[in-house]
Amino acid sequence: MKIAIIGGGVIGSLLAYELSHYEVNIVLIEKNHDFGLGVTKANSAIVHGGYDDPPGSLRAELCYKGNQLYEELAEKLKIPLKRTGSFVVARNCKEDLEKLEELLSRGEKNGVKGIEVVGRDFLEKYEPYLSEEFEYALHCPHTGITEPWMVAITAVKEAEKSGAELVRGDAVVGGEVSEGKVKYLQLKSGRKIEADIIINAAGLYYHEVANIFGVPTPQVYLRKGQYILLDHKASEMVKHIIFPLPSEKGKGKLVVPTIDGGVLLGPTSENLPEFTPEDVSTTLEGIKEVIIAGNELVPGIAKPNWIIKSFAGLRPETQKKDFFIENSDRVRNFVTVGAIRSPGLTAAPSIARYVIEEILERRMSINLTKRVSDKKSVPDSFRVKESDLDEIAAKIRNDEKYGRIICQCNQVSEAEIIKAIHEGARSIDGVKFRTRAGFGRCQGGFCTWKIAKILARELKIQLSEVRLNEEGTALFNGKVRV
Amino acid sequence: MIEHLETDVLVIGGGAAGMAAALSASRAGVRVTLLEREKKTGGVLNQCIHHGFGLQFYQQELTGPEFAFRLQSEMNEHSVKVISESYVRHINTKSKYVEVISPEGVFTIQAKAIVLSTGARERPFGALQIPGDRPAGIYVAGLAQRMVNLENTLPGRRALILGSGDIGLIMARRLTLEGMEVLGVVERLPYAGGLTRNVVQCLEDYDIPLYLSHTVVEVRGNKRLEKVLVSEVDENFTPISGTQKWFNVDTLILSAGLIPQVEDLGENLEIDAINRGFAVSNTCETNVPGIFAAGNNVAVFDLVDYVAAEGWIAGQNASKIVKDQKRESKRIPVIRGKNVGVLVPTYITPEEHLRIYIRLKKPMDKGTVIIKKLGIEKPFNYGVPSEMINFVVNRDKLQELKGPVKIEVIE
Ligand SMILES: Cc1cc2nc3c(=O)[nH]c(=O)nc-3n(C[C@H](O)[C@H](O)[C@H](O)COP(=O)(O)OP(=O)(O)OC[C@H]3O[C@@H](n4cnc5c(N)ncnc54)[C@H](O)[C@@H]3O)c2cc1C
Ligand SMILES: Cc1cc2nc3c(=O)[nH]c(=O)nc-3n(C[C@H](O)[C@H](O)[C@H](O)COP(=O)(O)OP(=O)(O)OC[C@H]3O[C@@H](n4cnc5c(N)ncnc54)[C@H](O)[C@@H]3O)c2cc1C
Repeated sequence: MKIAIIGGGVIGSLLAYELSHYEVNIVLIEKNHDFGLGVTKANSAIVHGGYDDPPGSLRAELCYKGNQLYEELAEKLKIPLKRTGSFVVARNCKEDLEKLEELLSRGEKNGVKGIEVVGRDFLEKYEPYLSEEFEYALHCPHTGITEPWMVAITAVKEAEKSGAELVRGDAVVGGEVSEGKVKYLQLKSGRKIEADIIINAAGLYYHEVANIFGVPTPQVYLRKGQYILLDHKASEMVKHIIFPLPSEKGKGKLVVPTIDGGVLLGPTSENLPEFTPEDVSTTLEGIKEVIIAGNELVPGIAKPNWIIKSFAGLRPETQKKDFFIENSDRVRNFVTVGAIRSPGLTAAPSIARYVIEEILERRMSINLTKRVSDKKSVPDSFRVKESDLDEIAAKIRNDEKYGRIICQCNQVSEAEIIKAIHEGARSIDGVKFRTRAGFGRCQGGFCTWKIAKILARELKIQLSEVRLNEEGTALFNGKVRV
Repeated sequence: MIEHLETDVLVIGGGAAGMAAALSASRAGVRVTLLEREKKTGGVLNQCIHHGFGLQFYQQELTGPEFAFRLQSEMNEHSVKVISESYVRHINTKSKYVEVISPEGVFTIQAKAIVLSTGARERPFGALQIPGDRPAGIYVAGLAQRMVNLENTLPGRRALILGSGDIGLIMARRLTLEGMEVLGVVERLPYAGGLTRNVVQCLEDYDIPLYLSHTVVEVRGNKRLEKVLVSEVDENFTPISGTQKWFNVDTLILSAGLIPQVEDLGENLEIDAINRGFAVSNTCETNVPGIFAAGNNVAVFDLVDYVAAEGWIAGQNASKIVKDQKRESKRIPVIRGKNVGVLVPTYITPEEHLRIYIRLKKPMDKGTVIIKKLGIEKPFNYGVPSEMINFVVNRDKLQELKGPVKIEVIE
């Protein structure tokens, strides 16, 4: 049995990982040069609590489960997970308190444990910088944060260890359907891939991929979310994830600690007038909105000196506002895992299991056999920053490059960067997302040239061939005197 | 095993300030160790291959690397122990105990006094809150300078420069000389941010337009930068509608200011809110006894000569501590009066001479620096924020000083 997965975001990657526990051949096809750099790259990175999604929806079914599965995932894949806990904050007025109660009861309907409404004393104790306007909050202790792209990158790496084939930098652009089945996929490079089952996890492009094979999917539109990233110093002001009360437009603009010690403000929620999946531009209004909203929750957090970056991400939305996870009647070996909007990151591990157990095994009656005792080596997740002096000293004794710190702000060593390159990083961003080098307060001002030189050396390319990310993003333009 | 070292004065950061500090401390006869995170000492001097350094400190016009070389040689002569590629992971400011990571291994150092001379970093693109795409081709000036001068690599073909600080001005000339087309320098203030001599020598001499009261309001590019939208701004820096103009460039160089590097260098060190660097007195001592700071991590200085002079003083005073540990020194606060922006020092210790550095808040045709408490009135003809006003007050004048001292500039 051969299964082809289209799209190496967090969804496709975790699917590949989960499927690698079965006796199947897997090929994962990603059009970018690296995994997890689509929607998975630009979001709030929250492992949501599961209380917010409408009871009865697929989102609700899969979110809390996914949250709980992250525990195991973090242990097995060594992905970072921090259960910071969250507060949905409310003012002392009827309307707000009703909404809070509504959230609490939704949570109970979704089977979520451990959530409660807390008062001002509790808030003051745990979030002393929270605006005094908020007197109550829904406290959810199991809400967490992670590093979304690392979930994808690590999952893919583990799948590969079990034999999955990884195709990167190549897109599915066509294919042949005959007798109600996809016979092969046609890649941009000209390569053809035959498979018994095709799983479409193409993120924002899921309907385009489905279209190629004549599979109908719900109409998708895009909702932009803009963010700003604050310096590590801002994390002195906030420990939990702070949500305003949710509205029609979603969970609102948040204050979120990031796993490497910064703070995110945002996102906005803007419907794009057209389907422009490449448009991750920011706007002045968006940036302003996010700053105002952040200051409303935690006054003074959006200090101009603390702002180090702005960026945007896109959510694939449908009218039903729910995930679309279906096998096709028309094309019998084609499954779409689409419209994976928020909380898709949280739900990803349970989505993967849902696809295997509910769609493949139950609805499509495919017999999948589990691999017998799959003892894999524990992934090495050594980071200088997170290790104590003795551990670092031991590492340096074997390889002095662990002692050569390249990224000053996030304390990333040359050895970590070389390892990232050998594991698949092909660009400045590739290195950045895998190691956090360049993610800190100077935003690569000091280390970009060093990383560029290491990339050139390790990949045996010229400096002028070093890219920021995708093809066409070369950083330097050849020699000075030619 | 983690190696443990001991020293009298530990200097952290080997740029102009750090090298000068190490040199003066060592001349005073104490043991000095200098930690530098890069392979080479010199700091930004290494990449400033243009001349214009050292007129005051060495009475000679040198290039950046030449200036660095002189300090390096003198450090060697005075047996300063330099440990390069050493990353300071933690400083216990109270006990003067420092943890360091280097390719040679992890080590700790116990010092009697510490001089922090960690320089400044550049304000990143994201901090400017410019909307638009996030393509390749946007660089902070120091990075571009490094790539051109030391790695022999051009950033692109057609560039616009945002910010008229000295680095931006110098890069406009450098890129032009190396064959790039520089379409202009955009500055939101109504006057240039860099030294007048740099405006003349780097822009006017090469016919590069300077767009004052203008800023970048948007960047566009699918993969590599394609165009940049520039707008005129009013006095509140709000873009004036109808004045927008696109520049087709593949490179945007940002010279939007330096920020003193003060973070993660130990707890409880006071920061001067306006300078954004360590709050020091005229002995270069911070609020934590035995911890000194000098150079661009105190305030961004316009000339390396001032940086080196401050480093020198920091080293001298650090060595005094080593010799005489029980020492009481007064710290009288300095208060910014009218028209004073960046101001060094933040405190006055009356035992030593007082050197004052002032950046005006706006250009002035004529003005007077007034320190009523000291009976000082210093008139000047023409002053701009980019060029620091500086002068020395003899310590004899400070002996009777009590209570805060206000410094102001009147037009
Ligand atoms: C602003 C915002 C905030 C969010 N916040 C959260 C949150 O805090 N918590 C949470 O749980 N969820 C959150 N989400 C949702 C979450 O980010 C997404 O649900 C999740 O990342 C979707 O992953 P994906 O794998 O479906 O998509 P993607 O990561 O986009 O992966 C799809 C991949 O398919 C590839 N691809 C596309 N077409 C082809 C092709 N033809 N051939 C080959 N490859 C192809 C793409 O390159 C891409 O890498 C948020 C989303 C947004 C936009
Ligand atoms: C582009 C440019 C052009 C200039 N042009 C002129 C000019 O024409 N004429 C003139 O007189 N002046 C000029 N200057 C100004 C002058 O050169 C600088 O102000 C001066 O060199 C700064 O010295 P510094 O020692 O404070 O900082 P830096 O030179 O920045 O040195 C700081 C050193 O500390 C190290 N460091 C930082 N943190 C740590 C740590 N935690 N551990 C260990 N080491 C650390 C750094 O690696 C660096 O080597 C220019 C400056 C620049 C940037």
